[in-house]
Amino acid sequence: MKKILIEEEYCIGCRLCEIYCLVQHSKSKNIIKAYKEEYPKPVSRIIVEEKEYTSFALQCRHCEEAPCLEACITGAMYLDKNTGAVLYNEDKCVGCWMCIMVCPFGIILRNIENKKVASKCDLCMGEEMPVCVKNCPNEAIIWGEKE
Amino acid sequence: MNYIIIGNSASGVAAIEAIRKYDEKSQVTVISDESYTSYSRPLISYLLGKKVTPKMMPYREINFYKDNQVKLVLNSKITKLDLSKKEVVLMDKQKIHFNKLLIAVGGKPINLRIPGSELNGIFTFSKLDDVGEIERYIKTNKVKKAVVVGGGLIGLKTTEALIELKIKVTIVELADRILSSSLDKKASNIIEEALKKKDCKLITNNSIKKIKEKNNKTKEVILKNQKRISTDLIIVAIGVKPNMELVKNTPININKGILVDKFMQTNVKNVYAAGDCCEAKDLISMKSRPIAIWPVAVQQGKIAGFNMAGVKREYQGSFIMNSIELCTIPIISVGESCSDKDDCQILEHFDCKKTIYKKVVLKNNKIIGGIFVNNIERAGLYTGLIRNKIDILNFKEHLLEEEFGLINLPKFYRKNIL
Repeated sequence: MKKILIEEEYCIGCRLCEIYCLVQHSKSKNIIKAYKEEYPKPVSRIIVEEKEYTSFALQCRHCEEAPCLEACITGAMYLDKNTGAVLYNEDKCVGCWMCIMVCPFGIILRNIENKKVASKCDLCMGEEMPVCVKNCPNEAIIWGEKE
Repeated sequence: MNYIIIGNSASGVAAIEAIRKYDEKSQVTVISDESYTSYSRPLISYLLGKKVTPKMMPYREINFYKDNQVKLVLNSKITKLDLSKKEVVLMDKQKIHFNKLLIAVGGKPINLRIPGSELNGIFTFSKLDDVGEIERYIKTNKVKKAVVVGGGLIGLKTTEALIELKIKVTIVELADRILSSSLDKKASNIIEEALKKKDCKLITNNSIKKIKEKNNKTKEVILKNQKRISTDLIIVAIGVKPNMELVKNTPININKGILVDKFMQTNVKNVYAAGDCCEAKDLISMKSRPIAIWPVAVQQGKIAGFNMAGVKREYQGSFIMNSIELCTIPIISVGESCSDKDDCQILEHFDCKKTIYKKVVLKNNKIIGGIFVNNIERAGLYTGLIRNKIDILNFKEHLLEEEFGLINLPKFYRKNIL
């Protein structure tokens, strides 16, 4: 299955991926409205880590043996059998944060405003490829098979 | 091939999914003494406190058993486990034969054994049925006050639910603080203060000696120090132990829980065990012990299922960890979070204004435990470092920084996991 691969050598830390991710996961899909008007405020599912000359964009790795899937007490996290993606059902999430406790990448985020929903990458289902990949200006995140 | 799974919670469901990944044809029978399809057990306190509706309780989709072609035998107690004949005998004398058996019967709440503990209005809280029973009791007796015995996870989640129902709660805890097995004094203090603000009373370093009936409705709880508390309802949450009733008088080896090998198989061939009823390899102490938490139950059920279906997989082990939100304060504790032995080093960050507390416990330059209160973001990074036993010497000073992330880790480790 195709995954988002991280090439930290090429990341320039521009954070465009974060912006595109946030807008993609907003209700309006409009950048101004997403940042200024929506409540709860949409959250980017990407973390850009940066230190000195190194940076990279990190999003859910959609692990084959996903610890968050095992830890989820309500069944909100689930495996999409067709794509292998680890997705979650917002309605079933009670905000117990078991997923945050076990994710070794620390990539599952709390949406503090609506409190009860952990937001995570959904690989932009329905798009030809995730918007973070599509809009990365330097191919620091790519859409491909892991060797 | 006939598979029988006894128990229909985390381990049982994980085993069904694992078996069906590799074996679509064989008969899978699930036997449960409860009358429900699989539900989210940790949510029972949310249901009691009306934070969720009954609609939220199912752990899997409605068609789960049908889609996986599972024969469900609900509301059925097993009276005998006949390992030589390879069959289980049900309450109604029905016998079911198996080729492979999984025992995933979970834990059993420990009951009070003191004078008066047989009175009515005293409940343990571990099953969906308990919600209904407690709700009914509260309604018929117009309960206004409750005593919760035990300030552990279940005790506190129940307390929170009762507070939601406008019941005044007094917690009686044996240790000097609540959540004493996973939180240190600083962390538990944050929660204790929040509970007090909700008008919840907390009595520590104490235990219940006797329960006396005052009148039909009201009881009197007498503590070790002779203090008396009048109450309408008592919830007993003094712990859970592995349920080993079924394996008693069988050749299956037990210790504190059912003993299994790394394939989750007991000493009896083709008989497996998983979840809260059995022991697991603790990756920190490297010893076998019961680790009664949801993720471990799922992992073990899955591994058992794979091996039952003939796909060899080893259980890697785990360690204790918990995530809980109390009085809107999120708390995560992992591993040996309270260890203060001489060979341990503690790093901590405490912001008493914002009630933020972060702590990691180190031993031989490896993390063995951690506590995160109110700032739980990225707590899983530490869980990963514990699990993979990563040497932290080179980035120790960054461990508790706000911006700590994968970027601080050795490049080989980062590249390897990403």
